[in-house]
Amino acid sequence: MSMASRLRDGFGPFSEVRRLQNSMDRLFGQRPLAAAAGFPAVNLWTGADSVAITAELPGVDPADVELSVKDDVLTLRGSRRASTDDTEAAWHRRERSCGQFQRLVQLPFRVDPERVEARFADGVLEVDLKRPEADKPRRIEIRH
Amino acid sequence: MENNITQPAEQAVAPESQGSEQTRPRPVFRPLADIFETPRGVTLVLEMPGVRAEGVEVTLEKRVLTIRGRSSVTRPESYRRLYAEYGEGDYERSFSLSEDIDAERIEAICKHGVLTLELPKAQEAKPRQINVRAA
Repeated sequence: MSMASRLRDGFGPFSEVRRLQNSMDRLFGQRPLAAAAGFPAVNLWTGADSVAITAELPGVDPADVELSVKDDVLTLRGSRRASTDDTEAAWHRRERSCGQFQRLVQLPFRVDPERVEARFADGVLEVDLKRPEADKPRRIEIRH
Repeated sequence: MENNITQPAEQAVAPESQGSEQTRPRPVFRPLADIFETPRGVTLVLEMPGVRAEGVEVTLEKRVLTIRGRSSVTRPESYRRLYAEYGEGDYERSFSLSEDIDAERIEAICKHGVLTLELPKAQEAKPRQINVRAA
């Protein structure tokens, strides 16, 4: 670690956490995920040559979700309906939100748009994406 | 008081609940809820992503309605978590019902990770027209 980043991160009990946070931010570019708070909440998983996104979309009809992928960005778009359309209804509590949503998820690498699998069950979406064959890291033989 | 129909009976079950009575080593979340009333009754809508109808348990005891949802989500195999915005776990929340709800006729539907409970009003609680006779 360079002296400059040491100074920026500082010392003390939280410096390690901050360093981790910074590495995460670097990993995801201009922290589109870390800004969080957006709907839907997403989790990101990685395998050897694949990445999986899971998102919580309770109450969303699978037909109302649109997924698209370009290079290393997955776009999740859709809408969800309100609990009732009844304008006469008297609300006691209203914690759920509704309407249009869109999220762009920065993936750790470029993915093959032809090999994307998506499943939707019980309000949870799971999208599996694969790294293109051509982008896979190749082992290089060292000659003696 | 009409407004008391669905007051939460207790404070939120905190995320990552510290409760000592848990039997499964998983966090318990408080599901987000919508509650609205129509002349027919009260509707409760709870968000429990990852929960199927079989995983829902609704109990009514001394007018306290408790909803528990067990998530059936499994982690993607051979993957490790890189980043997380939500935790996986179960759900629990309680509400106290007012006297004018007909407990015998409560209906529940679970779809797309959302539980909808229809709580019809008891017959005697529905507004009635009182005829006024001239003396």
